[in-house]
Amino acid sequence: MMEVLFYIAACIALLATGLALTRANASHALIYLIVSLLAVAVVFFLMGAPFAAALEIVIYAGAIMVLFVFVIMMLNVGEEGLAREREWLQGRNWIVPGTMAALLLLELMLALRHAPATTSGVAVSPKEVGLALFGPYVLAVEISSMLLLAGLVGAYHLGRRFIVRREKRR
Amino acid sequence: MSGLQVPMEQVLALAGLLFSCGLLGLMLRRNIIFMLMSLEVMLNAAALAFVAAGAKWGQADGQIIFLLILTIAAAEVAVGLGLVLQIQRRFKTLDMDQARRLRG
Amino acid sequence: MTGTWLIPFLPLASAVLLLLSAGRMPRQFAALLGAGSVGLAALCVGLLARDFLADGEVREITLWTWMAVGEFTPRIAFYIDGLTVVMMSVITGVGFLIHLYSIEFMWEDESICRYFAYMNLFVGAMLLLVMADNLLLLYLGWEGVGVCSYLLVGFWYREPANGRAARKAFVVTRVGDTAMALGLFLLFTQLGTLDIQPLLAAADLQWQVGDSLPVLATALLLGGAVGKSAQLPLHTWLPDAMAGPTPVSALIHAATMVTAGVYLIARTYGLFLLAPPTLEVVAWIGLFTLLLAAFAALAQHDIKRILAYSTISQIGYMFLALGVSSFSSAIFHLVTHAFFKALLFLAAGAVIHCLHHEHNIFRMGGLRTRLPVVFWSFLIGSAALAALPFTSGFFSKDAILVSAWETPGIGPWLWAGGLLGALLTDLYSFRLVFVVFFGEAHTEPDRQPGWKMAFPLVLLCALSLLGGLIVLPLAGVFPAAGEHPESHTIEYLTVGIPLLGLALAYLLFLGRQLSIDSLAESSAGRGLRAFWLNGWRIDELYDALWVRPYTSLAQWWRNEPVDLLYNAIVSLSQRAHHRLAALQTGELRWYATTMVFGLVLLIAIMLRNAR
Repeated sequence: MMEVLFYIAACIALLATGLALTRANASHALIYLIVSLLAVAVVFFLMGAPFAAALEIVIYAGAIMVLFVFVIMMLNVGEEGLAREREWLQGRNWIVPGTMAALLLLELMLALRHAPATTSGVAVSPKEVGLALFGPYVLAVEISSMLLLAGLVGAYHLGRRFIVRREKRR
Repeated sequence: MSGLQVPMEQVLALAGLLFSCGLLGLMLRRNIIFMLMSLEVMLNAAALAFVAAGAKWGQADGQIIFLLILTIAAAEVAVGLGLVLQIQRRFKTLDMDQARRLRG
Repeated sequence: MTGTWLIPFLPLASAVLLLLSAGRMPRQFAALLGAGSVGLAALCVGLLARDFLADGEVREITLWTWMAVGEFTPRIAFYIDGLTVVMMSVITGVGFLIHLYSIEFMWEDESICRYFAYMNLFVGAMLLLVMADNLLLLYLGWEGVGVCSYLLVGFWYREPANGRAARKAFVVTRVGDTAMALGLFLLFTQLGTLDIQPLLAAADLQWQVGDSLPVLATALLLGGAVGKSAQLPLHTWLPDAMAGPTPVSALIHAATMVTAGVYLIARTYGLFLLAPPTLEVVAWIGLFTLLLAAFAALAQHDIKRILAYSTISQIGYMFLALGVSSFSSAIFHLVTHAFFKALLFLAAGAVIHCLHHEHNIFRMGGLRTRLPVVFWSFLIGSAALAALPFTSGFFSKDAILVSAWETPGIGPWLWAGGLLGALLTDLYSFRLVFVVFFGEAHTEPDRQPGWKMAFPLVLLCALSLLGGLIVLPLAGVFPAAGEHPESHTIEYLTVGIPLLGLALAYLLFLGRQLSIDSLAESSAGRGLRAFWLNGWRIDELYDALWVRPYTSLAQWWRNEPVDLLYNAIVSLSQRAHHRLAALQTGELRWYATTMVFGLVLLIAIMLRNAR
């Protein structure tokens, strides 16, 4: 029965991703993407990685996607924007990207032919993850915090003028 | 709690499929917002692969890498969306085909 | 005689002095130096000749070793035998008379210094040529006279036509000189030496009569001789070389330089005897040239061009003689020709000088009474040229024709051709005499020739008449000709034809009893005359055959076709750059697509390797 769950979650993830990437309306696409992320979290959970599942929902779907939502709302793309998007999604534009993506998929599948192993069936608890984080991976943690700081400063600067302008106009 | 005995092949196949979808979206869409979204999809697929690898061996490493990937994605989105705002302000459009002043 | 080295040294030193003076030497001094050096050289030659005739010994005098390169050690050395003495006498003797004449002829010219410098340089080089004991020194003299010919033909360089004529002379003889150089290379590589006597001995040992190598070597040497002596096919330069001052034409283009080719063949006769095919070619060249030039001379109206074609024709006789292995008669004719042709040229020069530079014979006339000395010189010279009985020309031409008749095989043909040539020679030479000196005068002379011009003319007259009695000391040089039975018909014909020609000329040009005017005025006649006037249009042939293709090739080459390769490389890299630069579109999607493309390739390679 657990396999069925996995297949259902996988199907939802794929479907939602496909829909997300082919919408003309950005907000709709975003919601579909969040659905996809949730489905992937379910897959994590089924593989015995509850910490990863939680993180996926909290951070990925909860913070990053929300950031997207804010920006999309701020940009306020109107009707003509939607019409443009639909036009850009015409059949002719699919040929080259479709072919390349299909080729890559083919190769990945070919590479996966000889991977018969299954998961271990043992869940990895958050405690183990924490121990590993502050054990062997402590340097990675520090560096990732530096990265976040850099991202913070960059985002602040990149967004600043725009906000200042907006306030000036008032 | 014990995990499911999911065949690795299928999880990795799922990851591959998700990655291809993201790639397709990146190459297909002109709007920068959608390109960033496709990038997120790709990152997610890679993270899925990592977690699956960790689950196979029953170790925490996969999830730790997953965490790092998440960090990267967060930082990247923050800076990226700031850039998107600037692009909208300067080019008055989100069409990436118009932003080609760096052409050779 | 220990002072033999003085003979070429005196003219050469004088030339150097005159050149170094850069034209600032006073006129009298230049004339004295110029003519005096040749005169002194002539004196030395006279002493040498007296010694030589007394004991008949060949003298070999080495001055120094020119260079020593491995086994090749040519020396500056002289080889004095009978042939050398004869040539030296002609060069310095006739040369001195011409130099004396030039003093008066060139007196008013502003570059008289340069003139004498070049003339002395020429005499020095020519002496080196004939005195040389090895072929390399001979070649040095050969090239030297070629250069001097260029310098002297183009003496009045301010006129572009003279420069063109000088260049033409130089280039055409150069073609021959190159062939000769190749011949020298061949001889050296095959026989190991260029010293003439050892070379001839080695050739006799190494080669059989009729071998291909001597034929090739002699053919190449013949090429050089043909160029220098203005024979077919390299004769086109001589008529145009009349652009130089008349004494130059007398010295270079009548008496000395053009005889260098004859001298070369005579000097290396041993080689030529080993190559009968070449000798036959020599004879045929001689025959065709003498006939061609004689016809051309008939149609000319410039006094010097008639004499130029006449020179070509007479040297043709010398070649004919060489071709039938009658070397002594060839040299004999060389000597007598030097006398009467120099006489004719100097007399023509006197005419030109006194008629303020008129060249067209149809604008002269009646000069018999006005320039008597010149008239008698011309008459005697023409008589000798036409080989009228008891002139020097008669003896030498008779010797040639008789030996031609004696030769088995082609001999009679050569004799017949030579006889026809003699008839034509008569015709054109007396045409010249009658037109210029008889009839009514169209131009009056404005001065008379002085003693410096008259004395050489008189002396040369004497030599032209009495020169036939000189016995040349050639006994030890050439193999003795066999005794030939006298054939009286031949003798009568040989004597009679020139007289017939004289009669014909009289009837046609003077008495006007016979008239070919209707024939001449017909379209065929006019066409033929134009054809012969143009020297059988050979100049045009060469122009179309060599000059035009070469100049059009040179013009085409100005497009720098070799640069095409480099330009192609440049344009290729530029185009490649543009194509590659087009890949940088600046579009994000395009970059993503290319990255995916590369990724696909990479994974494919990895999969292939992993299998």
